[in-house]
Amino acid sequence: MRTWKFTKHLNFTAERLSYNVSRLFAATTVLLLVGIFLFLTITGIGTFRHVPFGEFFLGTNWNPTAYQQQSWGILALVVGSLIVSSLALVFAIPLGFAIALYLSEVASPRKREILKPLVETVASVPSVVLGLLGLIVFAPVIARLFHVSSGLNALTASFLVGIIAVPTIASICEDALRNVNMKFREASMALGATKWTTIGKVVVPAAVSGITAGVMLGFGRAVGETMIVLMVAGNSRAFPTSFLSPVRPMTATIAIDIKEAVVGTLHWQSLFAIGLVLFIVTFFLNFIADIILHIRKV
Amino acid sequence: MNKTLHIKEAIYFGLFRLTTISVIAFLGYILILLFSIGGSVINSRFLTAFWQHRDITQGGIFPAILGSIYLGVGVTLISFPLGIGTALYMTEYSKSGFWQRIIQLAIRNLAGVPSVIYGLFGLAVFAQFFRLGASLLSAILTLSAMTIPWIVTTSVESLRSVPQPFRESSFALGATKWQTIYRVVLPAALPGSITGGVIGIARAMGETAPLILVGATFYLSRLPTSPLDQFMALPYHTFILATQHSSPFARSYAAATALVLILLTFVLSLGAILLRLYLRARRDW
Repeated sequence: MRTWKFTKHLNFTAERLSYNVSRLFAATTVLLLVGIFLFLTITGIGTFRHVPFGEFFLGTNWNPTAYQQQSWGILALVVGSLIVSSLALVFAIPLGFAIALYLSEVASPRKREILKPLVETVASVPSVVLGLLGLIVFAPVIARLFHVSSGLNALTASFLVGIIAVPTIASICEDALRNVNMKFREASMALGATKWTTIGKVVVPAAVSGITAGVMLGFGRAVGETMIVLMVAGNSRAFPTSFLSPVRPMTATIAIDIKEAVVGTLHWQSLFAIGLVLFIVTFFLNFIADIILHIRKV
Repeated sequence: MNKTLHIKEAIYFGLFRLTTISVIAFLGYILILLFSIGGSVINSRFLTAFWQHRDITQGGIFPAILGSIYLGVGVTLISFPLGIGTALYMTEYSKSGFWQRIIQLAIRNLAGVPSVIYGLFGLAVFAQFFRLGASLLSAILTLSAMTIPWIVTTSVESLRSVPQPFRESSFALGATKWQTIYRVVLPAALPGSITGGVIGIARAMGETAPLILVGATFYLSRLPTSPLDQFMALPYHTFILATQHSSPFARSYAAATALVLILLTFVLSLGAILLRLYLRARRDW
C-alpha cells in the first residue's frame, strides 16, 4: 500500500516536472529571439547619440578608425550586401527553381527520395570551404575571364553565395509545387494539355506564393552569408561602381572590425547597429515568408 | 498532339535534370579540388601532432580536430534537450494555438538569423556579460543558440508523424501523459529527431563566423582541459591559414584542414542518415 502511494506521488511529480521543464525550454527559445533583438538594440542604439541617423544610413564613407576624421556611413556596405546577394539570386533562382521542378514534376518518387537529401547536403558544406576555393580556384578564373586585375570582387562572391542559396530555394519551391492539389494537374491533363503546359499554366501559377517565399528565404540566406564575402568579395570600403568592384558587405564588416573595436566605444556600438540592420532585414524577410507559407496551408 | 511541344518538353525536362545532377556533382567537385590542393600534406603527423607556429610543415591540426569535436559534443548536450523539450511542449503539451504559433514564428525567424548575428550576441552576452571570455563554453553556447531552431523544427516534424492512436492506446491503458511521452511517443519519434539533430550539429561544427567573433585561437601550446579554456577549431584554422598566413604552404594546409572538416561533417550527416534508415527498417508501423 505504501509503495503504491509512493509511486503515485512520484508519478505526479514527474508529470508536473516534465510539463514545466518543457514549458521552460519553449520559453527559452522564444526569449532567445527577443534577447538577440534586445541586445543588438541596446548596444547598437548608442551609435545614434553621436552619429545622426541620416549620416549613418546615407553616408558613403565607413572609416571608424581614422586618426582625425572618423566617418560612420554604412551606405557603401549596404550597397555591397545588396549587389552580392541580388547577383547571387540571379544565379540561384534559375538553378533552384529548375531543381524544384525536376524533383516535384519529373523525377520518380524513388529518385526524389535519394536526390532531395543530396541537394540539401550542398547547404551543409561549410562556407569557409567555399571561401577557400573561391580564393584559390575561382577568383583567378574570374580575373582572367573579365580582364580585371583581381578576381576578389562582388561577382566572384555572388557566384559562391548563390551556391549556398540554391538548396534553400530548391527545397522550399519544391514543397510549394508539391502542395498544389493533384486534381488541378488531372483536370488540365484531361483537357488535353501536355505535362509541360500543365506545369507552366497550372502548377507554377498555383504555387507562386510559395515560390516567392522560397526566393525571399534564399535572399535572407544570401544577405547573412559571412565567410564567403569576407574571403573573396575584395574587402574594399570604396563605394561599388560595378559588379566587378571589390566590396565589403555588412556581414564582412562586422567580422573584420570587431577585433579592432574596443568594448563599449562608438566603434563597438556601431557594429552592433549594423548587426541590428541585418537582423531587421532578415527578420522581415523571414516573417513575411512565414506568413505566406502559413496562409497557404490553411 | 503537337510534336514540337513534345520536343520542347523533353528538352526542358532534360535541362532540369541536368541542373539537379550538376549541383549535386558540385559536391564531388569540391572534394576533388580540396584533395588535389591539400591531399599531399595529409599524413598521420598532420592528423595527430600539435600545431607548430613557426614551421607549419612540422605540425599537425590535432588540437583543432579535438576542439571541433568538443564543440560538437557541447552543442549536442545543450541544444538537444532544449530543442526536444521545446518540440514536446509544442506538440504534446500546449493547447493554445496562439502560443504554438508564437513559438513557431520565433523558431522560423531564429533559423533565418545570420550566423554573424549569433556571433555578436554570443560575444556580448556569453563572452562579455557573463564574463566567459573567448572560451570553449562561450563558443558552445553561441553555436547551441544557432542550432536549437534546427533541432526544434526536425523534432516537431518527427513528433507530429507519430500516429495519434499510439497516444490514445497508451492513455487507454491508464498511462499518464509523461509515461505516454517517455515510453511511447519519444521512442517512436527519436530516429527522426536524432537524424535532423545530428545534421544540425554537423552544420554548427562547420560555422566560422561565430568563432571569429566569440574568439577561437589559432595557436595553443596545450589542449583545453576545462570549458573555460581557449580552443582551436577546424573552420577557424582553415580561415586563418587561407587569409592571414604568410607561409608558401599555407594554402595546401588550409585545403587539407578544410578537407578534414568537410569529411568530419559529411561522416556525421551520413552516419545520421544511415542510422535513420536502420531504425526505420526496424520499426513495425
